Order: sequence, then structure tokens, then C-alpha cells
Amino acid sequence: MIHPIPAGTRDVLPDEMRELRAISERLRAAFEEAGYGEVWTPMLEYEDVLRAGDDNAADAAYRMFDDQGQVLALRSDMTIPIARVVATRLTDADDPIRLSYSAHSYRTVGRRTGQQREFLQSGIELIGMPGEDGEAEVVTLALSALESAGLARHRIGLGDGSLYRRLLDGLEVPDDRHKELLGCLTRRDMVGLELRVDELGLSRDARDLLVGLPEMRGGPEVLDRYDGPAGDALARLRSLYGVLDARGVADRVILDLGLVRDLGYYTGAIFELYDPAVGFALGGGGRYDDLIGRFGAPRPACGIALDVQRVHIAQAAEERQR
Amino acid sequence: MSATGLTIAVPRGALLGGTLDLLDTLGIDTAEVRSNDRKLLFEDAGIVTMRPSDVPTYVEHGAADIGITGKDVLLEEPQRDVYELLDLGFGRCEMVVAARSGDDALGESLRRLGRLRVATKYPRIATEHFASTGRQIEIVAVKGSVELAPLTGLVDGIVDLTATGKTLAENGLEVVEEIVTCTARLIANPVAHKLKAAEIDALIGQLRGTRP
Repeated sequence: MIHPIPAGTRDVLPDEMRELRAISERLRAAFEEAGYGEVWTPMLEYEDVLRAGDDNAADAAYRMFDDQGQVLALRSDMTIPIARVVATRLTDADDPIRLSYSAHSYRTVGRRTGQQREFLQSGIELIGMPGEDGEAEVVTLALSALESAGLARHRIGLGDGSLYRRLLDGLEVPDDRHKELLGCLTRRDMVGLELRVDELGLSRDARDLLVGLPEMRGGPEVLDRYDGPAGDALARLRSLYGVLDARGVADRVILDLGLVRDLGYYTGAIFELYDPAVGFALGGGGRYDDLIGRFGAPRPACGIALDVQRVHIAQAAEERQR
Repeated sequence: MSATGLTIAVPRGALLGGTLDLLDTLGIDTAEVRSNDRKLLFEDAGIVTMRPSDVPTYVEHGAADIGITGKDVLLEEPQRDVYELLDLGFGRCEMVVAARSGDDALGESLRRLGRLRVATKYPRIATEHFASTGRQIEIVAVKGSVELAPLTGLVDGIVDLTATGKTLAENGLEVVEEIVTCTARLIANPVAHKLKAAEIDALIGQLRGTRP
């Protein structure tokens, strides 16, 4: 007899569980050692709370009613719940606050795409440390935590979540065209992007910048190749790269001016983690200076989340390499 | 490792010839692929061959770094998380609505029965086309020879890809509406796009140079 479980969910049996536990334990230990205390929050939140953090409730996919008729949602990430905790439970705590978590979140996935609807995330949030210092701490810790989990070839992409939008503003692209251009960038449709940019009738330089930005990824030389508006965002990336270089992790960094993340709450630097053994990003994050303020007690913050199962795939591949 | 440092997903079928010609111009040795149509994996050339509709799957999961497939395949599976990097220009086809020549089966059904029955291998493209033009349809999914469906009265019309219109004409069908022009596209895995940036950019640079 077949008793199915929902697509994109799994039972974990002891052999795999031992390995998953070992990895999440190593990640947690690395975070704990760096002063990041672990927190739990409810898997179910009021939908209104998620919506306060992000207009799309961070793409939460599953909703239900409680006995009072209130709409509950299964959380789709940990950042919004932690922002709520910081703004409501830790109002007296001094900056910076360092929190970590290891918890399941839920998202909708396409049918038969092999993706996980329920996924285990391990991550950190650094609250009350603005600018490059905060970002550099989060990036460095994520890289070393992955190393302690057994990865050797992982890299991190660094970009700015508002860069393309500011480019459109700076190059005076009409407001009503922004949405479709950003849509092409998010869908990674470079052919569509080029077609639509060509319709705008911009100068050669402006056109090349809008079309070429997604190709600007690599070492610090990409910062020199960039010549356009939003110079302050570039200056911040350059300075973040400088701090990371001083901390000895520059060889793991890919500067990526076309990097986009699909969540709306990022306000500056964004990150994405990669390993050559895994076709999907291992995780990501960024700076979200306005999010905690949406819950009434503004503090700058940034963080990063790792998909533990994908880290496991990368770690197993690393073991086979040896 | 191949000369390009990349694993390339190559579509068998109508796009194969154009794809191999293109790879030849990049200095990739495709002789073995041309001479052996049963083998699927060509490690020396860094080529894996498959149905065009499987290309986005292999590329999305990183089993191939880059791939070549038709725009029709990408439109039918828009949820695949892959970069669409270049319009390669070859393999030009039209996605069309076709129906029996001579009678107005589509209009007649819509007027009297309130909906159309449409056979297609592209249910998403068909649904979107008719929805965006304010018509309700019933999709009949078929796997092969879509042209047969309207001839037997199974459906009122079809949505399918046509290059010359020959097969349609030979079966007494005519193009009623053109939906979108499709050409071959170069796609890339998002992680490979970052980790193998130099290799991918070198290839794109060469392709831009040879593009008509």
C-alpha cells in the first residue's frame, strides 16, 4: 500500500540523519563560538506579521485558519520572525545582537522539479551593526562555518540589491518600464532584457550598462569596469571587498553587480553562496536595514541563511573528491 | 575536461544540425556526435545530447553548465531557474494556431459551443495565448502528430510549432493565428554563470562575433 507524503517533503532515516545532524551541529557550533545565540520561533505566524515584514509575506505558500478565524501562515524564512522577536522581545538589548537558528521553513515549488517544499535552514542575523563591518562579519562567519562543515571549494557572490533599480533611475528610464526590466533581470532573461532596453532609445553607454551589468561578475576588476550612476553603492562594495581582503577571504569572493535576490526587504549588500558540486545556490542573505523598523523598533541588520541539505550534498561531494 | 571547460547540453532533433555547426565554429570537435546517434555522452567534447525539452532540466540542476534549446521549450517551462543568455538566431519556427482549411471550425465552436477544443504539446503557451485573447479553451494533451487531432474531429484546432507550414498543408490544415517566433537560445546554470564566468564569457564573446 502507498501512503504518500506531500511532494517536496521527506522522511529522514538514521544514516542520513546522523550526517545531517553532524553538519547542522558544526554550523551551529561555529555560530555559537562567534557569539551567535540560537533562537527558536514558531513555525506558524500570523499572516499579518509576515506581511508587515514583506508585501508578499516573503512568498509564504501555506495558510490556515485558527479557531478564532485568524489567518496563520507557515513561515517561508527565518528573517522576518527574528525581526519581530528583536523588535518586540529584545527592545532593551544593546547593539549588536547576534542570533542564529537552525529551523525548517516552507515554500511552494513547481511539480516534479525535485525541489524541497520543506527545507532546513541554518543561519545568522547580526543586528545593530551597520555598514561594511556588519556585512564582513556575516560573510566571513558563513564562509568559515561552511569550511568547518567540510566544504573546501565554496564561494560567495556579493552584490547590491538596489543597484539595478538605482541604475534605471539614474539613467532616466521612464518609471513605467522599470517593472518589466527588473522582471527580466530576476527571471535571468538576458535576451528579453536586451530587447526591451534597445526599445528605450538610450545613449550607447547607458544601453551597454543596462544590458552588460549582469555580466559584470568576478574579481575586484569588475568594480573598475563599472562606470555609471549609484557610485556610492559601488564605493560600499569596494570597501566591503577591502575589509574581506584584509580578513583573508578575498579569494572566495565573487563580486557580482547583476546579483538579485527575490525578497523585497533587502536595502544594500546582498550575498549568495555557491559550491561547484551543487547546481543551486547553497543559500544567501543581505542587509535589511528597514525590516526591523517595520515592527516598530528600527535597527540596522544583515544576515545569511544556508540550506543544510544542499550543504550536505556539497560536503558529500567533497568527501568523494578526497 | 573539454576544451571549453564547460559541459554543454545539446538538443537532438531539428536543432541538432544548427547547434553542431555553431559548436564547430567555436573549435569544439563535433565529429563523434555527428557520426554516432545512439551515444548520449561525449566526454572529450564536453557534450551531452538529449531531447530539446530536457535541456532546461539538465542545466537548471547543474548536470550541464550551459545548453542550447528552443524558445518554445523555455516558454513552456518558465519556472526553470536558468539564464537565457543569447538568441542564437537559427532554428527559426513559428508557434501557431492551426485549423482545418476551408471551414471556420474555431469560430464556429466558439460561437455555438462557447469554447474551443485545442490539441497541443504546449499546454501552457496555448492556455496563455487564448486566455490573453479572451477565449476559453479545453486543452487536449497529445504526445505526437498533433496534426491528426483536428482531422479526426478530436479538436477544433491545434497549437504547434511550424517551420515551413509544409506538414500543416499536407494534412489540410492552415495557420489561423501566429503566436510567437521561436529561435534557438543559449541558456546557463545560475551557479555555473558565477563559478565559470570566464569560460562562459569567452564562449559568449565568440558567439556574438559569429552571430548573423
